[in-house]
Parts: sequence; structure tokens; C-alpha cells
Amino acid sequence: MHAVEKIIARAAGKNELRTGEIINCKVDLAGINDLYLQTLRSFYEMGGKKVHDPQKVVMFLDHYAPASTIMQADNQKQFREFCRAQGIELLMDINEGVCHQILADKGLVCPGMLVVVTDSHTTTHGAFGAFSTGVGATDLAIVLMTGQLWFRVPEVIRIHLEGRLGQGVYAKDVILKVIGALGADYGVYRAVEFTGPLLARLSVSERMVLCNMTTEMGAKTAYIQPDEVTLDFLQGKARQKYAVVATDPGYLYAQEHTFDITSLNPQVAAPHSVDNVHDIAEYLGKPVHQAFLGTCTGGRVDDLAVAARILKGRHVSSRTRFVVVPASKGVLLEAMARGYIQTLVEAGATLVTPSCAACLGTHQGILAPGETCITASSRNFPGRMGHASAEIFVASPASVAAAAMEGIIADPAKYL
Amino acid sequence: MKGLITGNAFVYGANVDTDQIYPGGYLDLTDPDKVAQHAMERVDPEFVKEVKAGDIIVAAANFGCGSSREHAAVALKASGIAAVLAESFARIFYRNAINLGLPLLVCPGIAKRVKKGDLLSVDFSEGKVTNQTTGTVAVAQPLSEYVIAILENGGIKPMIKKQHGLHCPR
Ligand code: SF4
Repeated sequence: MHAVEKIIARAAGKNELRTGEIINCKVDLAGINDLYLQTLRSFYEMGGKKVHDPQKVVMFLDHYAPASTIMQADNQKQFREFCRAQGIELLMDINEGVCHQILADKGLVCPGMLVVVTDSHTTTHGAFGAFSTGVGATDLAIVLMTGQLWFRVPEVIRIHLEGRLGQGVYAKDVILKVIGALGADYGVYRAVEFTGPLLARLSVSERMVLCNMTTEMGAKTAYIQPDEVTLDFLQGKARQKYAVVATDPGYLYAQEHTFDITSLNPQVAAPHSVDNVHDIAEYLGKPVHQAFLGTCTGGRVDDLAVAARILKGRHVSSRTRFVVVPASKGVLLEAMARGYIQTLVEAGATLVTPSCAACLGTHQGILAPGETCITASSRNFPGRMGHASAEIFVASPASVAAAAMEGIIADPAKYL
Repeated sequence: MKGLITGNAFVYGANVDTDQIYPGGYLDLTDPDKVAQHAMERVDPEFVKEVKAGDIIVAAANFGCGSSREHAAVALKASGIAAVLAESFARIFYRNAINLGLPLLVCPGIAKRVKKGDLLSVDFSEGKVTNQTTGTVAVAQPLSEYVIAILENGGIKPMIKKQHGLHCPR
């Protein structure tokens, strides 16, 4: 059996399962974010009264943090009241940041857990050896009521990563390359596991990027076998005891792909789909009106660190604006302590408080018609960050910082 | 699931994501009728004006990819869409739509066989899609038993209400 299957089987109270089988699983942690008031509506519509296990529920007020319309404020108010009424203590209010980063910062996801959040990028937590996947509002309401949810046992695809990261190349470039090669619907309904010698050289932050972006190839969940790097990260942070499960030797993957990334250059996903991936060289010199650094994909301490390194003693181009959004309170505090925020603000960055901000095109840095943005976030669908005619290039935090400085798409390698 | 539906087709391409089906700017709405006013806004601004109850959406691969917003499925259902037929669906959209009782059928090659406005009939018991306008027939992949049970109950909410909980599918 694969580790992912073992996690699902344990949650379903079974010893064995078949690929494609539909089973009910106990959910170890369920997260709701503030876009999904429908979750509470569905809960009551189904006759829900008491949340099955409030200890296993986390509420995130992150997408609209802080609220910019009366309706958003009212939705958040209803979430707070629900938490109070239901005894949900894990309310992550508007000061905390983006859901996935909070889960990591607070050690809420551990190896072997089954996690669902009303957010498509829940695949992120495969970086900790969890089975974690995004669900809709009504699915989450079912978990609130019953503590369980139905799942189809997925096939597992293996992506084997060999080689080393070159100058100016990061996990974001690697995963863009993979998505470009395999396509935006390659992983639909399947689990994607990353293996190979490159992984040992990647930090938890970089592993989170890989797993986070598998959503952009349609994957149901991502998985990286926990190792010393994972266990070190969780040391003193994990909120509960956990047991690491492993894939049985000889497990047969549904498909296997090997990528040697030694000669990989920085990549960009050009408008308007995440699998429209090219070497950054093809777009060098393209003017950008906004560079955006942040989100659950590209707003961690490592990301602010590389941006600060590039912009130290330099200045954001007068032709562009640089919006920086630390992914969480934890990230902001650490980045302040290390001086990165000071460096970036001095260099001309616009600092936004930890949240999703402009990532989903609702507030705090949205794009005007015809503008071009380079972003460390995950998506470039038409209108994702503002007007539908705006062009979005998805790239690594280093490439975003280099573009902020030059006002055009630029290769970050020369600054590193 | 039994039953036959007949309706006119709207046809779209591959990778129609949920930001296009329902833009992020309106995620604070919850009333289905208000949500429906923005259905397909970024793919087809005319959709809201043209759609009639019983119409059918046809699309190429990976329909509903991207964000997990249930609003996308709510918007289509509240617009009167009776079924969505696509070469493949993104999984969260698939779950959301089925949970709401909006039937989705995976139908290989369908996008090439249908033009906007064609009259389609979908026979759910046989999984057969007939294009009445052109006379061609396509066969959809069968729905799983659990999905059929959800659809026959009119969605997962009425089902759970009736069963007082989530019961293990066979
Ligand atoms: S930061 Fe962006 S991708 Fe991440 S949860 Fe928020 S809106 Fe979604």
C-alpha cells in the first residue's frame, strides 16, 4: 500500500482498500475560511445543531482580512458568533494570516493526519506527510455535523526530482516546469507524490510550494514522505502525537515521471493559464506594472529573505509598484526580526498585513484594465487579480523581486 | 439515476476555471438568486441574459478547475442549468455540483460534437446523450452508485437530513 492509502484506510477504520473505492473517513482537522459562509448555511439546512467535535475545527478569517465591505464584515461577524456558540477555540482572526501558513506555523498538521479545508490549495500539507485536500462549503458542513466525509481512493502518481537547483532557481520554478510539462488537468482525481534526491535539499518552505502548486495540475492531494527535515520542523511545534507511515516496498504507481532539474532556468507561467510555462528568458524586458510577493504559495520567510537580498540597498523601479504580503503573523514577526521588512519597505515596497490580499482579486492591490503583474502566487486565470484584461505572470519570489527592481521581467540570477 | 432531460446547449472550451464561472469579487454573496446573476461572467457575459431553465452546459476538459468556491456550482444550478457534460471535471467542482444535486456527466469527445444552441437530450439511466439537432449520439461514463444516491435524493443536504448522518456507501 501507498502511505496515502494507509492514511485513508486508518481514517476509514479499514485494513485494505481498492483504488477508486468510495469510503467514509473520519476527518482529523477541518478548516473553514471566510469565503464560505455557505458552510454554516448548509450545516443548518441539513438540520445541524452541535458541531461534532469543535476541537477538530479551525476557522480562518483570511481572504477578507481585514474586511473591506460591509458584507464581508458581516460574514466575518457571523463566523465569530458561530465559533463562540459552538465552542470552536481555533478561531484565526484577521490578525493571523493565510490558512495554510497558519496551519504550518502552529504545528496543526502532522504526518498521517487527514485534513480538509474549504480551499483548493489544501494540498500544501502533503509537505508534512498528511493526506490533505480542498473541499466545498457543503462538504465541510457535513464534516461539522458528522466528523466524517466521503472520499474516492485516488491513484498515486510519482514525480521523481533529480539534480540540484541552479543559481536563481527555486522550488517554484521546478513545479512550474512540471505543470507545464504535464498540463493543468494531469493530476485530476489523483494523488501526486514527490520523491528523489532533490527533496533532501529542499526546506519545508520549498516543499510546501511543490505541494501547494499540485492543485494547479488538478491533484487531489500531494505527498512527501516525512524525513529529518520534516521532523526537525515539527519538533516542539506539533500539537499532537503522530506516527509516520511509509509506502510499502514494491508499490506500483499509476504513473511515474522523472525530472532532472540541474539545467533548469527560472520559469514563468504566462497568461492566462498556469500550464502555459516558459523559460523566463522568453519574456525578459516585458514591463510590469505590479510585482506581488505573498500568499500561501510565495509569502514565507524564505521568500521575503530572497526578495530582501535582491533589494538590499537598491530601489523598486519608478515604473512599477511592489506589493508585499507576509503569509502569516508568524512570518511577519520573523521577517521583522531578521530585518527583511525594513529592507523591503526602505526599497519602496508597499506592505500589506498578512492575508490573501490581491491573490483572489478582491482587495489590496488589484489590477487595472490592461496592466501586467508578476506574482509569487499560484494562479493567472483571466481576472484572477483584478480586471480580466490584466496579464498575470506566475513566477518565483526571486523573479518577482528582480522584476520589482527593474520594472520589467528580469532574471534574478544576476542579483544572487 | 433515471429520467430524461432535454435542453439547449451552451458550449465552452477546456480549463474553464471557477474564477471565470464565478468571479472572486462576489464571493461574499450567499443568496442563490443573487449568485446566479454573475454566472459564467468571465467566460460568457451573455450567458445570464440567454440562459433558460433546463439548458445544458457542454465543455471540454477540466471544467471547474481552480478555486474550491461552491458559488460556481450554485450559480449554474440557480441559473436553471439542468446538467453539465464535459470531457472531464476538476474534482472539487465535481463534488460541489453533485452535493447540490446538479448532475455532471463525463462525456468523452462531447465538446466537438455540439454547437451552441443544439437541442440535446440526456438519458440518465443509459448515460446516452443525443444531439437532436445533428442526430449524433455520445455515451457518458456511468455515475458511481454513491453519486446516483446523492442525485436521487436531490443533493446531499436532503439526503443527510433524511438519514440523520452520513452513511457508508456500499
Ligand atoms: S493566498 Fe491565494 S491561493 Fe492561498 S488561500 Fe489565499 S486566495 Fe487562495
